[in-house]
Amino acid sequence: MALDVATVRKDFPIFDEGPGPRSEGRRLVYLDSAASSQKPRQVLWAMDDYYEHHHANVHRGVYALAEEATAAYEAARLAVARFIGAPSPRGVVFTKNATESINLVAHAWGRNRLRPGDAVLLTEMEHHANLVPWLMLAEERGVELRFLPVDDGGSLVLTDLDRLLDGVGLVGLTAMSNVLGTLNPVREIADAAHAVGAVVLVDGAQYVPHLATRVAELGCDFLAFSSHKMCGPTGIGVLWGDEELLDDMPAFLGGGEMIRDVRLDGWTPNELPWKFEAGTPPIAEAVGLRAAIDYLGDLGMAAVRDHEIALTTYALRSLAERHGTDFAVFGPPDPAARGGVLSFTYKGIHPHDLSQVLDVAGVCVRAGHHCAKPLMRRLGVGATARASFYVYNDESDVDAFSEALVSASDLFMPA
Amino acid sequence: MAPVLEDLYREIILDHYRNPRNRGDLPVPPARRAEGFNPLCGDEVVVYVELSGGGVHDVKIAGQGCSISQSSASMMSAAVKGRTATEARELIRAFKAMMSIHENRLDGDGHEISEAVAPDPGIDLGDLAALQGVVKFPVRIKCATLPWNTLIQVLDEAGP
Repeated sequence: MALDVATVRKDFPIFDEGPGPRSEGRRLVYLDSAASSQKPRQVLWAMDDYYEHHHANVHRGVYALAEEATAAYEAARLAVARFIGAPSPRGVVFTKNATESINLVAHAWGRNRLRPGDAVLLTEMEHHANLVPWLMLAEERGVELRFLPVDDGGSLVLTDLDRLLDGVGLVGLTAMSNVLGTLNPVREIADAAHAVGAVVLVDGAQYVPHLATRVAELGCDFLAFSSHKMCGPTGIGVLWGDEELLDDMPAFLGGGEMIRDVRLDGWTPNELPWKFEAGTPPIAEAVGLRAAIDYLGDLGMAAVRDHEIALTTYALRSLAERHGTDFAVFGPPDPAARGGVLSFTYKGIHPHDLSQVLDVAGVCVRAGHHCAKPLMRRLGVGATARASFYVYNDESDVDAFSEALVSASDLFMPA
Repeated sequence: MAPVLEDLYREIILDHYRNPRNRGDLPVPPARRAEGFNPLCGDEVVVYVELSGGGVHDVKIAGQGCSISQSSASMMSAAVKGRTATEARELIRAFKAMMSIHENRLDGDGHEISEAVAPDPGIDLGDLAALQGVVKFPVRIKCATLPWNTLIQVLDEAGP
């Protein structure tokens, strides 16, 4: 069933119209969901309900309230496992965000398994979150980093994949580029990586919120994503991992919860997944994430994806019709080969200036390097502006965006 | 133009953006060169300064950026050219004061103390005063100050 955006928008308080100091009566045109999504009432209610009626620390008290909090927290883990098609909740580790999930792998797997001279294969389109942890490891351990190149159309070049995989212990790649929107052939790369005995880490921060996800179909060993990009709260992310790999990895952060026994001369780690969850976890955030998953589940991830393809198709066509070659989009031209993320340049106006002028029309777009500076260099630009779509955007948002571009042109490009 | 933007995009700013002054580079040495980056947006400003006889003999600006960083660099280059190094530093200080740059700390009771860079009433900022409107857009202050911080780098490397 197609998404009914008018109904969806009513679930998001931030789109409530009415006079306010910020809105000045404008309609909020939020086109920055690739950075962070807005939150539906169902998520806010779930977190309020948790704090008002069920909060205690988890996995500690024996009293009923503590049992309720623990049950709510673990129910969220089960919901995440179902949402990504994981075989069990044991492989679902709650972290702070996708960045921490990747750092967990770099520390607990990378430092344990990679020796000087071993290689890690990444891509030129990675977010800094999937670059810097490996650059740090490379400096510390003498690990060699290699990169799958990006072609001018914004797709990965796989011609040299076999040669690049020689001697590689881990392949890390994004399932969907936060700049180009490119949907990468994760399965093909994962199969080739597994054939040489490498493990595969997928950065799913942009993918999981927008496309139905099955870890077995992706073929990855680790999947990292964040709650706040999928209608959930900030402060919680997920690392899903193959249970055998997670079992063999040493713990990450030390503290309460992640231990089975502590003596003054040593400690033994807890079992999965708590081995990787030191200290009091983000309990209310887990409850909120579960509500977000239920919300997306009710919409249907197939409908979410169909909606974004339709909206991207409309945007690419209408913006080209109105602005011609003045509006240049990076990444694959086929809406079915990309997500609803449009990085663009417009008449050479600097993205900062564009974003500032669009803001006056209530249009929120991101301007900058999108935490992907190496990719910006590859594309030959210092920065781009980026408009990204989600379940609450419709054609009127695209039209408002398109109209606002003209006002930027009037200001910076006088006739 | 939308009224809210008039303070930011003053005509003189747009003029310096569209027709930047002192654009280019200088041979190093004798000139000195420094690069400044805005980590937020990837903007880059390169400042070349040729100092002679204790004065700023020539200035050139290279790099890329938004209208605010580029016009600020252009106006800065015009303002410091021909000044003594001491005058240039006074101008930098006055500009930063206009940008309301201050350091926040807490006193013993947890009250916030803002220490503004003291403006020197004797310094005439001239065209640069047009950039005052940037203060209303806190994110853009970094754009406006980028060339100035880069100029400080050059002067500091040259010694007092």
